[in-house]
Amino acid sequence: MTTLTDDTLPVTPRAMRDEMIVFAVMALLLAAVPFTGVYPFFVMQALCFALLACAFNLLVGYGGLLSFGHAMFLGTAGYCSAHALKVWALPPELGILVGVAAAFVLSIVTGYISIRRQGIYFSMITLALSQLLYFIYLQAPFTHGEDGIQGIPQGRMFGVLDLSKPTVLYYVVLVGFLAGFLLIFRIINSPFGEVLKSIRENEQRAISLGYRTDQYKFLAFVLSGTLAGLAGALKVFVAQNASLTDVHWTMSGEVVLMTLVGGLGTVFGPVVGAFVIIAMQQYLAGFGQWVTVIQGAIFVVCVLTFRRGVVGEIAHYFRRSL
Amino acid sequence: MQALYAQLLVGLINGSFYALLSLGLAVIFGMLNIINFAHGALYMMGAFVAYFLLNLGGINYWWALLLAPIIVGIFGMILERTMLQWLTGLDHLYGLLLTFGIALIVQGVFQNYFGSSGLPYAIPEQLRGGMNLGFMFLPIYRGWVVVFSLAVCLATWFLIEKTQLGAYLRAATENPTLVRAFGINVPRMITLTYGLGVGLAALAGVLSAPINQVRPLMGADLIIVVFAVVVIGGMGSIMGSIITGFALGVIEGLTKYFYPEASNTVVFVLMVLVLLVKPTGLTGRAA
Repeated sequence: MTTLTDDTLPVTPRAMRDEMIVFAVMALLLAAVPFTGVYPFFVMQALCFALLACAFNLLVGYGGLLSFGHAMFLGTAGYCSAHALKVWALPPELGILVGVAAAFVLSIVTGYISIRRQGIYFSMITLALSQLLYFIYLQAPFTHGEDGIQGIPQGRMFGVLDLSKPTVLYYVVLVGFLAGFLLIFRIINSPFGEVLKSIRENEQRAISLGYRTDQYKFLAFVLSGTLAGLAGALKVFVAQNASLTDVHWTMSGEVVLMTLVGGLGTVFGPVVGAFVIIAMQQYLAGFGQWVTVIQGAIFVVCVLTFRRGVVGEIAHYFRRSL
Repeated sequence: MQALYAQLLVGLINGSFYALLSLGLAVIFGMLNIINFAHGALYMMGAFVAYFLLNLGGINYWWALLLAPIIVGIFGMILERTMLQWLTGLDHLYGLLLTFGIALIVQGVFQNYFGSSGLPYAIPEQLRGGMNLGFMFLPIYRGWVVVFSLAVCLATWFLIEKTQLGAYLRAATENPTLVRAFGINVPRMITLTYGLGVGLAALAGVLSAPINQVRPLMGADLIIVVFAVVVIGGMGSIMGSIITGFALGVIEGLTKYFYPEASNTVVFVLMVLVLLVKPTGLTGRAA
């Protein structure tokens, strides 16, 4: 059984320090965005997808489980947050909580089902489960079918932060992203993360060492799904709507693409990949379906020649783990 | 009762497509260790090739039934030679990602030129009209699709389980290195197998063209249902794929009659139930 990353380097303390430096630079750059004149909505959108891709990467890059249904967490959290904010008129912080809780429950249920099969079957099961949810949301009354939930009030977070101001909203989204990112970073570098990597490398050996690998994979799935839900809840404030596109399989495919472009199993890869893909969609928006064709071509090129991804290649060149 | 029989027939027809597609997926998976995500796109190509043959070349349905699978099969073999073969020895998931990319490219190109609406494809003269069976009215074309698909499925089963070529194929699935040592060209067999699986998908596409119209996204949602079928049935057995395909089509048809709201989701719900009761799928072998 070959593994995901062609040359995984051991994470030495030195590499940990590299990662901390890169993280600090990334956080500073992102914090400076409102002063640069870059369109904040673009960056906010990219941050939401970056968090989603990081959550996805936790599962595939460290657990070796390729989920082809991560859109279901994004969409479910989005719908539930949107419903809580608009119909129940909850404040933003509780709205986010409702979305994340919904994704948490969903990931427990779907994780319990999908963890029963491995490899390629796992991908097909997660894809089928997300398609099941897509049809449920298409018909459920509270999602308003094809229209989606629109005109969601942004409100005041904790009663003081006015989220209708782009700069305030930007920093709230940034804090949410950085919190999610640090949590994932912590998980990866914890003993739990090490066991997860060992399962990815050789599950049989991990079992023979006495690890209950199913429990580790289940926990990774729940963590990944819940964090993807956080991305979905934050995205509601940016887009101010929740629609079927967020639950569709094309969205799941885009998350996979972002992570693949950035680098599967790298810490910063999904972030880079998300910015690259979202930027590409912005610039190519006028080309209609050619965007799909280009995305397909990127998949093909990445799989055939560029399996380490952008960050993976850089890390490989400098012989560091990023 | 008329409506029930009509839905049963629709179910059988969908079941034929599920069977033809999951059969192809199982054959390809056996040899290449790849789940062919492009299967739905190639099914769509089969329908489009039939459409082009008729409207550009004046070539009728019967020839399309033969030519479209060959043309799409050759396209598939080119894909295998130029791309898929480089994935040998890599993790399964790269095959899924690569074929997903191919599916996006193919569907995107067709959507660009043909939009998302359907193109009509006329039922061939010989199969127009219907028969009164006493308890229901049977449109001849629909009956033909079910009978012909079943025949093709059984022929494929025969080819793989009962012939010399099939024996080589099954042997190469088990142990390609040893089979090569006997002087059999395994890489060529892999290419041909991919062509065969893809050809079956294209054949399903041609069969569906007069019923479902020819649309660029006709295979995109179908392939996800077929994945669920494959999870339910398992890919270990050819006959298992055929039976599961038809059975799920019929169950879906019955759901359309008794509880139409759930007709889109019933296959997925069944998949969940099967996973809860028997995680390895109905035909048993663990992956």
